[in-house]
Amino acid sequence: MRIFISLVVLVTVVIGLILFVFIGDDPSLDEPAETGIQSMELNNGMKVIVQVNRRAPVLVTQVWYKVGGSYEHDGISGISHVLEHMMFKGTEETPAGKFSEIIAAHGGKENAFTSKDYTAYFQRISNDHLELCLSLEADRMRNLLLGEDDFLKEVEVVKEERRLRTDDKPTALTYERFNAVAFVNNPYRRPIIGWMQDLDTMKIDDLREWYQTWYAPNNATLVVVGDVNAKQVFALAKEYFGPLKPADIPQLKPRKDVQQHGIKRVQVKVPASVPFLVMGYKVPVLNTAENSDDVYALELLSGLLDGGNSSRFSKNLVRGSQIASSVSAGYSMYALHDDLFTLSAIPSNGTSMDDMEAAIIAQIKAIQDELPTEDELARVKAQVVASSVYEQDSSFYQAMKIGIMETVGLGWQTKDEYVDRINAVTAEQVQRVARKYFVEDHLTVAELIPQSTEVQVSTSGGMNQGETHAH
Amino acid sequence: MRIKLCILSVCFMLMPVVAGNVHASPEIQSWTTQQGVKVLFVESNMLPMVDVRIVFDAAGSRDGTLPGLALLTNGLLAEGAAGKDAQQLAESFESVGAQFGNDSLRDMAYVGVRTLTDEQYMNTAIDTLADVLVRPDFPRDAFERELARMKVALEGRKQSPSDIAEDAFFKAVYAEHPYAFPVGGTEESLENITLQDVQAFYHRYYVSSNAITVIVGAVDRTTAERMVNTIFEGLPAGSKPDPLPPVPDLDHAETVKIDFPSKQSHIIVGQPGMKRNDEDFFKLYVANHPFGGSGFSSRLVETIREERGLAYSVSSYFSPMRERGPFMMSLQTRADQTDEALQLLRSELDKYVANGPDKDELEDSISNITGSFPLSLDSNSKVLGYLAMIAFYDLPEDYLDTYLDNIRKVDISDIREVLKRRIDVDHMVTVIVGNGG
Repeated sequence: MRIFISLVVLVTVVIGLILFVFIGDDPSLDEPAETGIQSMELNNGMKVIVQVNRRAPVLVTQVWYKVGGSYEHDGISGISHVLEHMMFKGTEETPAGKFSEIIAAHGGKENAFTSKDYTAYFQRISNDHLELCLSLEADRMRNLLLGEDDFLKEVEVVKEERRLRTDDKPTALTYERFNAVAFVNNPYRRPIIGWMQDLDTMKIDDLREWYQTWYAPNNATLVVVGDVNAKQVFALAKEYFGPLKPADIPQLKPRKDVQQHGIKRVQVKVPASVPFLVMGYKVPVLNTAENSDDVYALELLSGLLDGGNSSRFSKNLVRGSQIASSVSAGYSMYALHDDLFTLSAIPSNGTSMDDMEAAIIAQIKAIQDELPTEDELARVKAQVVASSVYEQDSSFYQAMKIGIMETVGLGWQTKDEYVDRINAVTAEQVQRVARKYFVEDHLTVAELIPQSTEVQVSTSGGMNQGETHAH
Repeated sequence: MRIKLCILSVCFMLMPVVAGNVHASPEIQSWTTQQGVKVLFVESNMLPMVDVRIVFDAAGSRDGTLPGLALLTNGLLAEGAAGKDAQQLAESFESVGAQFGNDSLRDMAYVGVRTLTDEQYMNTAIDTLADVLVRPDFPRDAFERELARMKVALEGRKQSPSDIAEDAFFKAVYAEHPYAFPVGGTEESLENITLQDVQAFYHRYYVSSNAITVIVGAVDRTTAERMVNTIFEGLPAGSKPDPLPPVPDLDHAETVKIDFPSKQSHIIVGQPGMKRNDEDFFKLYVANHPFGGSGFSSRLVETIREERGLAYSVSSYFSPMRERGPFMMSLQTRADQTDEALQLLRSELDKYVANGPDKDELEDSISNITGSFPLSLDSNSKVLGYLAMIAFYDLPEDYLDTYLDNIRKVDISDIREVLKRRIDVDHMVTVIVGNGG
């Protein structure tokens, strides 16, 4: 339900995905051909990808659109996400609320999520209901009602979502301001959920235009993973999505951030009780790198710093010097545009933010100055290989990977390269990318400086409930 | 046109569709080891991996006068064991790609590992798990560090209106019961916990007679048995702790308001709910589903979110525990809408308890619960979670096989009766955190 997921999936699934989760089928597994991935393109340009997985008589369908926060411009931030909410508000054939009701009555679970580079809709359901899911998804791809009354209510829901996820969460707010300062003309500087003012001034016509522009078969990918027959999936996809007319999809312009000429700092002073630090260096991703070796080396480096309890951050900063209460590294190599390699931390009690920042920088410098050991590298690689098996425990997750790689333009085949490419990374490459990208002039630092929250409790026991509400 | 057909088919085909969905549950093997540990095992050979989890009745409800003690003890197991420090233990797991996991909630405290089934890797992972469980050293420096980190985590709860609301809710609903206290401890308790307390807690509760073990993965029965024996070798039998006291009914309504500088008010309304092995479990579970447990199709979402746009997330649920876990309704809304949202929450509950669901609502709920059952068993992780629940709470071993029948048996008169008998709308705890409070 989009109640519980929407943006959360971003944080949990996607970040999980990109940071620690390791992509690709284990090459050592002897897989029967039927579990491989098969794909086709419909005449209208829609891509259909199927991965058979016979673990249980269930399936997941996901429809991915190439649109998200990074496609937006100033003044309409958050529009992709509001549109995601509106996709549940009905078509002529399936009135508002019916979509969810039908899926639920068939024992399905459904929801959607919006990210920087994509919007996706999914159902998890027993494997005899594929046709139902595809018919409903095809209908709302081109026939959404987008009624004004529905919009006026739903945009209030989204504002509540923003208050819940960002405004009242000091660390999330700090991340938002961090991104806004780090980038100048890269669209990742805008929050996916949108600025409150943009939500306040959004109009139904904006949404109609956004829907007309991006929601078309030639801008979408259907991914089905589960106990299905690929031929049957292709036939049904053709039947339901095939008749939909393609649209002229605008071509995205490059959005490479202008050269950064010095460290940037931002402070966030809001009611809070624990300080928090986020640092980020500008780095390329698979889509933008001149040499993809750099990207896999950065990915391995993030594992070296923060992959498990034996990683350097845990060893040296949480245990060791005990400067941080928690510390982590983040890198999303499957983004559409250049992104940030982030280092975030909460200081241990009594440690100053300056000391903690210096200690984190010292960890970076240690890699720049001294080659990481073969043992460390081997440990990260062992975790990558194992995770490539573990992740197959989740069909949903496998579908996510395929969907993301297709939607950012890398192609699903990229996921199969992951384990080999990580295994090929050398200590010298890790050191080289640390030297090349972790440059002070390309650094942004955001600091949460807690302000008093002044909590008072008043208890009124034994009273009639009526007393707490005015009417 | 096609779509319309599909919708129609929903009505006509609902029952046949669901009936056609019957899905064999995983085949559970069970045994009790010589040390008295109950084991549930499902052999699943699709992937070359195995999950092992050992659950103890050694969680927050056993904290006694020192909230946080159970969580700290659990967290320290892998911070030094069998003479190895935290770094060496982590390297042992991670060098073979194994994922160690542990946590301590209110009922369950567990340790476990996910590993590849390559023999050398698996043996390393299991041996290390055994060290952590049976031979923890509780080094003083690790104790002090982890205690300090718990204090930072506790401080962090003070900036989260949802955490503040949850702690206040449990305190008000459970009063003197062990469930009243936060599993992460209180400022006072974290000042008072000593290393001796941790050692004593470990020796009292981490004993084989207080453990259950669950295993899911690509190993055979013999290997599974050997794993369990390796893990428990050297762990004393000890004894089961006394049962937890029952949770008394609330004898009055109570409202707790906490001023907090957030844009939203966080609201929780509830009272003691049901036990995991409650005789009304299936009735109450089904009863809650159309009200606030089914996401978008629920009454609460329809009334509060869809019709009025008052909240992003609104739901109700029973959280079944060893003794009666809470029944909770919760939402978050802009501060100036607090009264309106709270009144709706209460009037919807009053109406529902008085009249129960419509016949259609109930049918849809039963279809959803039974139809989605295969989704809850479609991965090793999920099967492992179910096994742990069945073993820990002494549910019948055919729980999964009889689940669908137990759900289908619930009828509308059961629900009307059980709502009136088990939900006392006059004795609710209401917590409001925010400026609307």
